[in-house]
Amino acid sequence: MKWALDIFTIVAVTAGAFFFLAGTVGLLRFPDVFTRLHALTKADNLGLGLVILGLLPRVDSVFTGFKLICVWLLVLLSGSVASQLIARAERRRETRP
Amino acid sequence: MIGWLDAGPVVLILALGVWTVLARDTFAAAVGFIAYGLLLTLAWVRLSGVDVALTEAAIGGGLTGALLIGAATRLRTTEAAARAETPGPFTKVLAALVAALVAAALALCVLALPDPAPTLAPEVAANIAVTEVGNPITAVLLAFRAMDTLLEAIVLLFALIGVWSLAPDRAWGGRPGPRQYADPNGILAYVARVLPPIGIIVGMYIFWVGADHPGGKFQGATIIAAMWLLTIMAGLTDAPPIGRTWLRVGLVAGPLVFIAIGIVGAISAGAFLAYPDGFAKPLIIAIELALMPSLALILALMLAGAPQRMESE
Repeated sequence: MKWALDIFTIVAVTAGAFFFLAGTVGLLRFPDVFTRLHALTKADNLGLGLVILGLLPRVDSVFTGFKLICVWLLVLLSGSVASQLIARAERRRETRP
Repeated sequence: MIGWLDAGPVVLILALGVWTVLARDTFAAAVGFIAYGLLLTLAWVRLSGVDVALTEAAIGGGLTGALLIGAATRLRTTEAAARAETPGPFTKVLAALVAALVAAALALCVLALPDPAPTLAPEVAANIAVTEVGNPITAVLLAFRAMDTLLEAIVLLFALIGVWSLAPDRAWGGRPGPRQYADPNGILAYVARVLPPIGIIVGMYIFWVGADHPGGKFQGATIIAAMWLLTIMAGLTDAPPIGRTWLRVGLVAGPLVFIAIGIVGAISAGAFLAYPDGFAKPLIIAIELALMPSLALILALMLAGAPQRMESE
C-alpha cells in the first residue's frame, strides 16, 4: 500500500510540475496579454491542484489536508480574479486610442 | 542539508536582487522587489524560520510591495522627466564611491563577526518554560525582548503620523486616498464580498496559533488589514476620516495597554515590562490581543495614504 501511495505522489507532483513548466513556457512565448494569462492560469489551476493532490496522501492529519485544499482553493480564487482584472485593464487600454 | 537543490533559489534570489537594482522602470523594480520577497520567504521556510517567513511574506513582500507600487504609480507622471536629467560625471563618481565604501564597510563588518557567534540561545532555552508560551519566537518577542516589540509598535504609529503629515491643510482630518468606485457587479466587488470572511478567520487563526506555533499578531493583523483595504478598493466601503475619535483611540489602544502592563510589572514584579510569576502567559496574550486591532488599523491606514478629501467632497 505504501509504495502505491508513493507512486501516486510521484506521478501527481510530476504532472503538476509539467503544467507549471508548460505555463511558464506559454508565459514567455505567447504573443499578447490574453493568451499569456491563459497559459498562466492553467499552471495555477492544474499545476498546483495536481501538486496538492499528490501531497494529500503524505499529510499526518485530516486538518493539514484540509488546509492544503484551502490553499489550492484560495489560489484558484485569487488567480482567477487577478487575471480578470488584468484582462479588463488590458481591454480598456486597447480600446483607448 | 544544503545541496544542489538549494542552489537554484540562491541563484534566483541573487539574480532577482541585482535585476531589481538595475531595472530602470520604477514599477518593474517594485514588482521585482515583491517577487524577491516571495523568494526570500521560501528561503526562510527552507531554513526552518517559519515565523520569519510569515513576516517576510506579509510585511516584507506584501505590505512593503504594495506601498512601493503605490509610490511607483504616483511617480509615473514625472518619471520620464526625472529620467531625462542625467547626473554629471562628478555626481556619478561620487555615488559609485559612496556605494563602494558602504559595501566595503558592510563586508568588513560581516567578515569580522566572531565565529561561533555569541548567543543567548541556551539561556533563553533554559528559561523559556517560565513564560508558558509554546512558540519560542513569541516568548522572546513578548517576554525577553518585550521592550523591542513595544518600540516597534510605537515606531509604526510614528510612521503613520509621518504619512498623515503629507496631507494638504484643507484635507486634514479627512478621508485618505481618492474615493474608489468599482463596478458593483464586477469581479473586484465579488471577491471583496467573498474573501473577507475567509481572510478574517485566517488572520485570527494565525494570530491565535502564534502562542504555540509559527504565527502572531503582526502577520494576522496584516491579513485583516488587507481584507479591509480590499473592501475599500472595491468601493464597498470608504476609508474612515482620520479625525474620528474611535479611530484615534483604536490606533493608540494597543501600545497603551502594552505600556500599562509594563508599568504594572514595574510595581508588582520589580522591572518595567516584567511579568509577575504565573501571569506571564495571560499577560502576553492580553498584550497580543490589544495590539492586533491597533496594528491592523495602522497598517491599513498606512497603505490608504495621506488624507486627501473632506467629508463633503
